Amino acid sequence: MRVPVNGSTQTIEANDIAKSYGSVKAVDGVSLSVSEGEFFGILGPNGAGKTTTLEILEGLRQPDRGRATLFGLPVWPRNLKLLPRIGVQLQASAFFERLTAREQIRTFASLYGVKTAKADAMLETVGLADQADTRTERLSGGQTQRLSLACTLVHDPELVFLDEPTAALDPQARRNLWDLLRGINSSGRTVVLTTHYMDEAETLCDRVAIMDAGKILRVDAPAVLMRDLHRAVHVSVAHGTISLEAAAELPGAAQVSDDGVSLTISTTQPAVLLTELVQRQSLTDLQVKGPTLEDVFLELTGREYRA
Amino acid sequence: MSGFGTLAKVLALSFIRDKTAVFFTILFPLMFLVLFGVLFTDHGTSKAHVVQVGEVTVLDQLPQTAKTDLKGSLSVTKESGPLQPQLRKVRDGDYDAVVSEKDNQLAVYYSEADQVRSATVRGVLESVVQSANIAASGNVPRYGLNTHRVEDKSIQPIQYQTPGLLGWAISMSAVFGASLTLVEWRRRKVLRRLQLAPVSLAAVITARVGVSIAIALVQGVIFVGIALLPAFGLQLTGDWWLAIPLIICATLAFFAIGLLAGSFAKSAEGASGISNLIVLPMAFLSGAFFPLDSAPAWLRSLSEVFPLKHLVDSMRNVFVRSADLATILPDAALLLAFAAVAGAIAVKLFRWDDV
Repeated sequence: MRVPVNGSTQTIEANDIAKSYGSVKAVDGVSLSVSEGEFFGILGPNGAGKTTTLEILEGLRQPDRGRATLFGLPVWPRNLKLLPRIGVQLQASAFFERLTAREQIRTFASLYGVKTAKADAMLETVGLADQADTRTERLSGGQTQRLSLACTLVHDPELVFLDEPTAALDPQARRNLWDLLRGINSSGRTVVLTTHYMDEAETLCDRVAIMDAGKILRVDAPAVLMRDLHRAVHVSVAHGTISLEAAAELPGAAQVSDDGVSLTISTTQPAVLLTELVQRQSLTDLQVKGPTLEDVFLELTGREYRA
Repeated sequence: MSGFGTLAKVLALSFIRDKTAVFFTILFPLMFLVLFGVLFTDHGTSKAHVVQVGEVTVLDQLPQTAKTDLKGSLSVTKESGPLQPQLRKVRDGDYDAVVSEKDNQLAVYYSEADQVRSATVRGVLESVVQSANIAASGNVPRYGLNTHRVEDKSIQPIQYQTPGLLGWAISMSAVFGASLTLVEWRRRKVLRRLQLAPVSLAAVITARVGVSIAIALVQGVIFVGIALLPAFGLQLTGDWWLAIPLIICATLAFFAIGLLAGSFAKSAEGASGISNLIVLPMAFLSGAFFPLDSAPAWLRSLSEVFPLKHLVDSMRNVFVRSADLATILPDAALLLAFAAVAGAIAVKLFRWDDV
């Protein structure tokens, strides 16, 4: 856990929060802190307690125990002064019935006292200017998500919560949304995102909390999490570049396999191995694969990651 | 109050764009107005039909002026021959009564199937016999009788029907409007989204109340406007505008009922079901469609708990009896009290979310 810089107030501070539904412990003693400008991810499979954690941080639910603050202010009970400083995109897009995209965002803008022109500009930013007069019921999945994001950001919040923003999007729409999310963060806003996509957390987040069964297992930068695994790095070259026997005798090679397309050498000393391969000029179609967050999850929970 | 105007605009817009809601709010009640207009048109013209068998002196020797008077309430058909076949006609309902005379005694045979008509026949013939007795005694009648109707001569059934049907229409749209908005907004996570915006619960509720009152007043204007057409013949007299504050008070009460229904229901279907369960019995028991005068006393006392009963009664007082402000105040106060109590409970039960 990070220590607040110069003792300043953290943007988010949660201390041992817990919430049960009946006998199910949705959140079971979560503590975390997020500092200003950070892109923070909560990663875990469905039912890990990500959404409930987020809902407690947003002040939508009262935790059974523990306490959460945003900008040093308690989130519960509902605090009308705090709300304009945060933007929340809910898992299901919440729109008024029978309104067009433009009417939706203007409505949300007006609820926060933001000018109409700003709302129209935000629609432009998320690339929905052409769909402005379309009723939200008729927008595609990707367009709906972008409109939802635009409605979340229209009042310029300092802190943005996104609950699985790319769920149910096609790969192209996902990448477009990632670009938008990076843009939000680089403009200085703090972003908290839940996802069950490993690649999403890896690409976007400064720090990731790995969550399972209502508990946070570890929090760190994705690269640190993976480095600390001491897992083998997989180096592969085109089939025929080097023989299986020769590869097995290379310094640092732990395990060798050849599937007829490429030859893969597992190693815990990638630097030594790669130097050797360079000297032999056996680098055709070289690929190096480090461990992924999937591996981290496996290591932490002892079971395969299931999204 | 921030958010009130914005949310009211959204609600009004989504109501206007909901064709089903517009139909049930405006056109559906008008269909009933037309239907009731047709049903009750020839109610007043029906007379009692009497068969006279053989000679009946008191009827045959009636002076000409009395004969004309009699024609207003009785139509007399003369038959000769035996009595039995004519009695069968009364039993079959073709005629209301048979009258015959023997030795200066009038015999009237009637059926109890239509109690009002048979009573009319007996009353009229009794008075004919009494007049004839007085005339036979040679005395000048000492007392006379002149009857006067207390209502305006122009009073038509439409004066009663308009308050009833309009009240029912308003109760329906206010109850359904509140319950469906609450349930749909909760189901679509709109309430949750509003919970995250700097909008107070009061703003959310008053926006919906405001739109419901506006819809009720539009219903009133359209409904009364159509009823005023010569085809229906509604007359606005006296302090007819008192209907406006009454409608506003009643809408608040109906709205509170809708909020309660919406607090319990989980789905739009559930909300419609609960709303129907309240509105339909309330409409019948409040005398919105048919008068409750002949209903048992306990049912009439039960109907007092329904806000619609007080709206219909007080609007009828205004439209039929030209009531003034003081007369309708107790009903208005009752409506407001109902709204306050039911509304307070509904706010206590309010949830932003399902879980």
